[in-house]
Formats: sequence, structure tokens, C-alpha cells
Amino acid sequence: MRIALFITCFNDTMFPRTGKAVIALLERLGHTVEFPQEQTCCGQMHFNTGYRPETLPMVRRFCEVFAGYDAVVTPSGSCAAMVRDHHRTVAAQYGDATLAEAVERAVPAVYELSEFLVDVLGVTDLGAYFPHRVTYHPTCHSLRMLRVGDRPLRLLRAVKGIDLVELPAAESCCGFGGTFALKNAEVSAAMLADKMRHVLDTGAEFLCAGDNSCLTHIGGGLSRLRTGVATIHLAEILACTEGSAL
Amino acid sequence: MSGADNVVWLGSPAFPEAARGALNDTRMRANLRRATGTIRDRRLAVTAELDDWEELRHRAAEIKRRTLRHLDGHLLRLEEAVTAAGGTVHWAADAAEANRIVTRLVKATGESEVVKVKSMATQEIGLNEALAEAGIRAYETDLAELIVQLGGDRPSHILVPAIHRGRSEIREIFRREMGEWGRPAPEDLTDDPRDLAEAARLHLRERFLRAKVAVSGANFAAADTGTVVVVESEGNGRMCLTLPQTLITVMGIEKVLPSFVDLEVFLQLLPRSSTGERMNPYTSMWTGVTKDDGPQEFHLVLLDNGRTATLAEEVGRQALSCIRCSACLNVCPVYERTGGHAYGSVYPGPIGAVLTPQLVGVENAASLPFASTLCGACYDACPVKINIPEVLVHLRAKTVEAKRRDRLLPTSEALAMKAASAVLSSPRRLSAAQRLAALGARLVARDGRIGPLPGPLARWTATRDTPAPPRESLRAWWRRTRDEGRTTVEGDGR
Repeated sequence: MRIALFITCFNDTMFPRTGKAVIALLERLGHTVEFPQEQTCCGQMHFNTGYRPETLPMVRRFCEVFAGYDAVVTPSGSCAAMVRDHHRTVAAQYGDATLAEAVERAVPAVYELSEFLVDVLGVTDLGAYFPHRVTYHPTCHSLRMLRVGDRPLRLLRAVKGIDLVELPAAESCCGFGGTFALKNAEVSAAMLADKMRHVLDTGAEFLCAGDNSCLTHIGGGLSRLRTGVATIHLAEILACTEGSAL
Repeated sequence: MSGADNVVWLGSPAFPEAARGALNDTRMRANLRRATGTIRDRRLAVTAELDDWEELRHRAAEIKRRTLRHLDGHLLRLEEAVTAAGGTVHWAADAAEANRIVTRLVKATGESEVVKVKSMATQEIGLNEALAEAGIRAYETDLAELIVQLGGDRPSHILVPAIHRGRSEIREIFRREMGEWGRPAPEDLTDDPRDLAEAARLHLRERFLRAKVAVSGANFAAADTGTVVVVESEGNGRMCLTLPQTLITVMGIEKVLPSFVDLEVFLQLLPRSSTGERMNPYTSMWTGVTKDDGPQEFHLVLLDNGRTATLAEEVGRQALSCIRCSACLNVCPVYERTGGHAYGSVYPGPIGAVLTPQLVGVENAASLPFASTLCGACYDACPVKINIPEVLVHLRAKTVEAKRRDRLLPTSEALAMKAASAVLSSPRRLSAAQRLAALGARLVARDGRIGPLPGPLARWTATRDTPAPPRESLRAWWRRTRDEGRTTVEGDGR
């Protein structure tokens, strides 16, 4: 199986360690991962903010770069949802028939990390070891656009040493919403305050999620308040083993 | 009349500013959190009871989409059936025309007051204000609408217009205002819900017994039989629908259903979605007029007011499927924090954010499509499966296009987005930007975190720290550790 990593522009720039964790994980399972250097961005920020013509070059590039892979794995529910749900829309509106076909070929190969591990590779126990108290926030796009369901929790439950605690009101939005956090900064902050309160109620040392963008928002708040609660991407917990524990 | 004039009260500031005020009202936020939380839990419990809930949703969505595709035909059939049953049908292109028709009809009766059944359509066109200008007083009879009217307030929720008010506030409003409008509240009125309800009951009873003309909206109308339906909780609507001599119903054209049989689906979905009840306490249906029973004159005003234009929108038209249950409001995390007034429209919350800009034109409600995190909870809750997030991003694109058309110079946001697109679609430029960001961050970061910053980053960094980007991006790390020795590594800069 030819597997490509779609790291996403945000992870590439801000969280290379999440990408390294995905690579380590997949290699531990005996797979070879390719990292196409020509990749850039899924175009979500532009699409969701209403800048559709500006989204087009990113859609075009995505299809070109990831053509021919059996699987394109990404550690972001939000970007996976963008590719799967909206690349078609952009191609239909501004592209041509060739692009529309290219999108149809690329889209079925795109998987969010937990989907790929559970559905495609058929594994839940990755031999991970993480002896810490952790709570999990299911991000909105993973939850309601991709419908990843309890896949991430099944992966986390199989981690040795973990103390997994339930997050109250887990399914309510953290208030990030991409440019929403800038356009409606006060409402975003009010939503963040409630999410942080729920995280603190669990007494967890780590807040885990499958999207670094939501984690940057929540983690940014937790850090500003000096709560001591750290945020961590699902891939990074799964990549930890007894030999290389955090 | 056009643009923002056809839906009342878009005079309020844009959503972010209006929301800021609402967020500071801690009492309102507490009222909202409690009320939406209660309805949300009840709704989940009663929808889980039905094995075929998902199938019902699917059928409802199908019926609505199909009806909208042939709306003209169904409306003509409805007109025929209502007329055959002794009613009169009027067509109103916009709010002004609808208000003129209703005013003329009331004047023809010689009366100078009307009782009203809770109705979103008449709120939408500002009927009470139009009647007042013509010297006709409109009395709201729904308990929550009464609270809003007495308080000189605006509704804050589609179904629970006074959701933002607590018991003690309602007591104050009743004591202060009831006497101005009719029977005053008792001197010793407490804020006990029973006491408050009794005061409203006595106040309203006088009104019902005196009224000669009633004005209502409609939840549904069946085209094959000409039957109009109003669903309610208190029975005050039924009093208005039976006691007066003349009944005038203002109905949005999208409320028509092809057949009476279709009600089977919607009368299951609506109460469960809206109030979390298995069945609403009062369902009133009337077909034209019946000799010596109920109103002897019935007028149905079919209201367009932007709906035909919305129908022409391939993506946006699904908003016309809305049955005004307000389930989307009760699950929306943004609505829960801001309440309804921040939306500046009689249709607040997620459905308001997609319906209002379409009825008035996106340029007149430009901030509303952005009043959402796109979390998708509204789409999951909607009993007729309106893909609200899809319509929101569609309208965002239309808003940006409208701004591009209307301005000689692009907005600063448009310039930033254009620049970002150039960077994010080229691996070479992205690489360079990453190196620059890592370098810049090093200058402002302390212990790997970036604190409050001035300028364009102020709004983000006011409440959140930002992690400093690491020295090496993933692509740079891959190139250094894995790709050494290869010839081409970077993009062609397209």
C-alpha cells in the first residue's frame, strides 16, 4: 500500500512533532510513509471564510500531489473534512471537468488518522504506553462531518498505563471555528471559558484531540491561565512506547 | 419596499458588536443556559423514544424539498380549496403589501383592535407597528409574546420569545405595564409561576371575550383540503381562532404542504423538536368558514417577502424547509452565549443566520453568515435536515463577492486572504514563510509561548497564549533526515 502523509500547513509549521508521531506510528506497524514535498494546504480557511476563487489553487495542488496513492493520511479531522466535503464544491464551481475528475480520484483515498488505523489497518492496540491522566475532546468536524465516532477513544483505551477520564459536555464546540475566533473574538472566548472549566473539572494532566487547531485554541487559554494542563495530539500519545514515554 | 426593509429590525449593530453587549449581560446568559439546556435534554429524550425518528426526518425533508420544487402549483391548489370552503385568499409580494392588506381588512370590520395568535410571519413584516400607525391596537395573547409586548422588548427566541427573562423581571413588567394595556396585575403579585400565569390569564380573558377580529400565522396549510393549522401550547391561540367574527391569517408561502396526510409526519416532528413534548397540547385546524361556528369571515394572506428569490437559490433554498421548531437555536453554542437579540432579526440563531440574509439580501445582513463556528450541531438537530453549515459557507462566499463588487478597493481581509492563498498554494513560498515565522516568533516568545500582542494578532492573543513555531517545519525535517541526496525537493513555485 502506498501511503502518503498529508501533514496540513498548520501542523507542518506549528506542530511538526505531530507529523513525526504519525510517521513513527505507521512505520512501527510496518508501513512505509511518503511525504510529498509539493503539498501545501487544503484551503479550508479560504473556503470557510468565503474566499472560494482563492481556494481553487489549493484544491488543484492537492489533487496533483496526492494522485496515485492508495491512502492519504492526515492528523486533522478538520482538514480531512474539508477535502472530503468541499473540494468537490470548489471544483464544480470554479474548476473544469478534469479537476472534478481529479477530485473524485483523490477524495476516496483521504483518511483522518483514527479512521485509517481502525478501519483500513484494522488495529486499535498500537502498543502505546502513556502513564498519565488524559481527557479527550472530540472536535466538531471529526464528530459531525467525518463521524469518526468512538474510534479515537478505542485507540486511547488500548494505551497501557493511561488514566482516561471523561470530559463533561465533551461534544460542545470549543469556540475556535477558524476565522470565527477573530471575527467574533468575544463569543469565542466565552465558549473557550466553558470548555476550559470542563477540562479542569476532570483533573486531567493532558487534554487530547485529533486536531491541533482546536488544541491551540484551548491550550492557549489553559496556558494563559497558568493551569498547568497540557494539550497533546492523539498521534503523539499513540506514538509513545515504554521505551520512549513522555 | 426592498432590502433590509422587508424583515423588521435590522437596525441593530453587526453581530460581533451586538454579541459583545449580550455577553456582558450575565443574568440573561444564565437564563438562556438554563432554558436551552432544559429543552435540549427533553428533546433528546423524546426523539430517542421513536424507532423511526431518522426515517421521519428523512420523509419530512423529502416532502418539503418536493413541495418547494412545485410551490406555484401547490399554492394555486391551496387558493382554490380555501376559496371553495368560503375563505378569501390574498397575495402579498412583500411586507408593505401584506401590512396594507391586513390593515384594510381590519378597517373594513369597523374595529380598532385585534387579538393575535403568536406568529413569526407577522413579526417578520412588523404588522403590529403597521397596524398601530393606522390606529389599530394589536394585542399579543401568547404568554411569552405578552411579556415581550408589555416590556417594549424584542423576541429573543423563535419559540420562547421571552427566554431571556427571569421570573422576577416578568413580575416587574406585569406590575408596571398591565394596567396600561387592560386589566392591571394584582397588587400583591409574586414571582411564583402560578401567580404570574394567573395574572396573565385574567388579563387576557377580558381581551378574548371582547375581540371581534383575530390575526394569526400558520404552521402548515394543506393544499388539497385548504386546511390551515396552528400548533400551540397554551390554548390562547385557540381562543383567538374560535371566538372572533373575523380571522385573518398571514402565512409564508413556504408553509404549504401538498396534502392533509402529510401532517402525519410534521405533527410528530414539530412538538418533539421544539418543546420536547410528544404532542403539543393544542392543534387547531380550520377549513374556510363554518356557518354559525367560529369566525364567519376568513382571509388568508400568502406572503412572499423574499421567499421567491430564496427559492431561486440552489443551495440556499433548503432554508425554506424550516418549520420554525427552533431546535437549532437550542443546540447552538453561539446562540447560547449571545441570545437572540444579537442577530438583529426576528429569526435568530443558526436558522436566522441563513434565512435572514436570504430574505433581505446578503449585503444587508453581512455579519450573520459568520456568526457560527460551523460546529454542525444545528444540522444534526434539524428535523427537516437543513444543512445549515453548508448554507452558511455558501452565504459567506456570496457576502465576500458582494463586497468585492461594491468596493473599488479591496478590504484588508481580502488582501490578507489573497496573500495567504499565494503562500499556501506554493511549497516554495510556504517554506519561506515558515522560516520567517519561526524567526519572528523567537523574538517575541518567552518560554516557547507568545503572550498578548498588538496589531492584527491582538484579538487572538488577548485571551490565549500562542505556541512559538519550532525552528524546523516538518518538511524541513523530512528533507534534512530523509530526502538527503535527492535532486528535486521543492516545488516549482506555482
